[in-house]
Amino acid sequence: MLRYIANRVAWFVPTILAIVALTFILLKLTPGTGIIPAGAQQISPDMIRRLEAQYGLDKPLPEQFGIYVANAVRGDFGESFAFRPQTVSSIIARTFPISLRLGAYATVFAVVVGVTLGVLAAVNQNGPLDYVSVTAAILFYSLPNFVMGFLLILLFVVLLPGRGVDLGFNIGGLESWQDWVLPTVALGAAPLATIARYTRSSVVEAIRSDYVRTARAKGLMERRVIVRHVLKNALIPVITLVGPIFAAVGTGSFFVEKVFNIPGMGPFFVDSMTAKDQPMILAVVLIYGIFLAVMNLLVDVLYGLIDPRIRY
Amino acid sequence: MAQSQPRTRVGQPQPQPLADRLDGATAREAVPPAVAAPPTLGSAADLVAPRQRSLWGDAWRRLTRNKLAVIGLVVVVSFIAIAVLAPVLAPYGQSEVVDFRLTRTEPSWTWPLGLDQNGRDIFSRLLYGARVSLVVGVLSQGLVLLIGIPVGALAGYYGGRVDNILMRSVDVVYAIPQLLLVLIFVNLFGPGLVNIFIAIGLVGWVTEARLVRGQFLALREQEYVNAARVSGSTGWQIMLRHLLPNSLTPIIVALTFGIPTAIFTEAALSFVGVGILPPQASWGQMVGDASQPGYIQTDPYMLAAPVAAIGLTMLGFTFLGDGLRDALDVRGND
Repeated sequence: MLRYIANRVAWFVPTILAIVALTFILLKLTPGTGIIPAGAQQISPDMIRRLEAQYGLDKPLPEQFGIYVANAVRGDFGESFAFRPQTVSSIIARTFPISLRLGAYATVFAVVVGVTLGVLAAVNQNGPLDYVSVTAAILFYSLPNFVMGFLLILLFVVLLPGRGVDLGFNIGGLESWQDWVLPTVALGAAPLATIARYTRSSVVEAIRSDYVRTARAKGLMERRVIVRHVLKNALIPVITLVGPIFAAVGTGSFFVEKVFNIPGMGPFFVDSMTAKDQPMILAVVLIYGIFLAVMNLLVDVLYGLIDPRIRY
Repeated sequence: MAQSQPRTRVGQPQPQPLADRLDGATAREAVPPAVAAPPTLGSAADLVAPRQRSLWGDAWRRLTRNKLAVIGLVVVVSFIAIAVLAPVLAPYGQSEVVDFRLTRTEPSWTWPLGLDQNGRDIFSRLLYGARVSLVVGVLSQGLVLLIGIPVGALAGYYGGRVDNILMRSVDVVYAIPQLLLVLIFVNLFGPGLVNIFIAIGLVGWVTEARLVRGQFLALREQEYVNAARVSGSTGWQIMLRHLLPNSLTPIIVALTFGIPTAIFTEAALSFVGVGILPPQASWGQMVGDASQPGYIQTDPYMLAAPVAAIGLTMLGFTFLGDGLRDALDVRGND
């Protein structure tokens, strides 16, 4: 197992390099350098050339890539094209912790509620509780999180008047703990539904298996059968979901952070691409990549520890 | 589980109850239609024997017995029908302005779902939107299955170096935020329906590959796989006849979520303004249009129509997927 982990960690470096390289190549294939803001006019070709030279965009691609990697290793991700003269590092340092915290809340919310709903649905398969939780999961899932955000705002403004919030959606900001509730729900809803569904189908499958039949035949109490035999086996596929979910949710959501006016990292995943802000795109890709690699390793290690049928 | 006595499965040759009882695991997948009892010539009993049914025929029977699955099937089929017949059913064209003075008009008898911010009939746009959504949802998932299953299968079955190479490539694609990657592809190919589903498919297959690989990894240690290997099955046979059928459950569940995910990705792209080209109607774009801060309070019906359409489609696919899952699970109780 230790060798396996060491092996995987050793893979991190080439994987991350490949991620950055792929993004880099794809970005270079798309038209435009992003050095000129979209709305800008009347910039002389000479000026453009000077700007490109200043940011090293005139060098051959392999050299550009080499310079980028060399700087990135030292923690220098360059200046944002869209937010000059701010550096990418300063923007990330300001926004990432906020997204991470929100993502952690959303993940905990999704796992706790999702697993509970899924197990309840499976144990009462085809009963009323099953339909209620499946339908709830589907509704959560079928609302895109930006719509969910708007609806939550409307709903809570109506249900909880007197919080000084008008309908102008200036609910944004994160001053008190209540401000975290709505974004957490909006962000966690879709993962919650995914977790609930996988839990349900996984538990249903486990309940029908021979070892559960054996456990029941031994005369174990239903509660014990479910907790010790069914859940132990059925939650393994669910674990694989949680890693990527946390990575996706913890790096910020474009829509949720836009709707709730949260100063997190989420908007950069879309805005920096529409602006073609190369240094920013590479930085968010890098953060997401490292985050995900760590989460996947954790998941695989847990998988091996929990399920002895899996050998590495 | 009182009735857990070994039942003879339909489609299983009658004279093998012992094998059935001995190994529950093999029974799950070892019911290829071809193994139906060989007809013994001249036996009169064969003429009156119950008709042999295939695994899929059986599944269909179970599926149609499940009310929710039938509802799901009806919803999915209706949406496909609506998508195909949109030009016939819609009273107006998808970008036809009914009356440019009547922007954001509430639903009425004339316009059952109201008019949007440009004075276009929301009902007609909804019908045309079904086209875009279903095409993007289904075709992108086709691409996802086409790439994801083989990659996951090879990695999970062979393990070792193959697994390492394939899964590290998957990690690379997976590790780029999906929406960003789709945006990059759209930037590369340009917007438009075809490019969007290709972009979504090219990005989405990694989830499928990981899932299939995880399933194969767990299943390849099972006794029946060893048995198949010992009895001389080749790797391809084991993957196609044993591992893949046993992995159908998670694949189908993933598919029923993949289609709406693709629909939403298209919605998100249209929302950002790089999706379906504007005059063409798409549900995602309609949600985007309707969720403008000013509109959501005064004209919620604009949001209600596309959200309901997406939700209903979602429900349909999910009920159908759940039903299929139960129907294909041979261990299930009838």
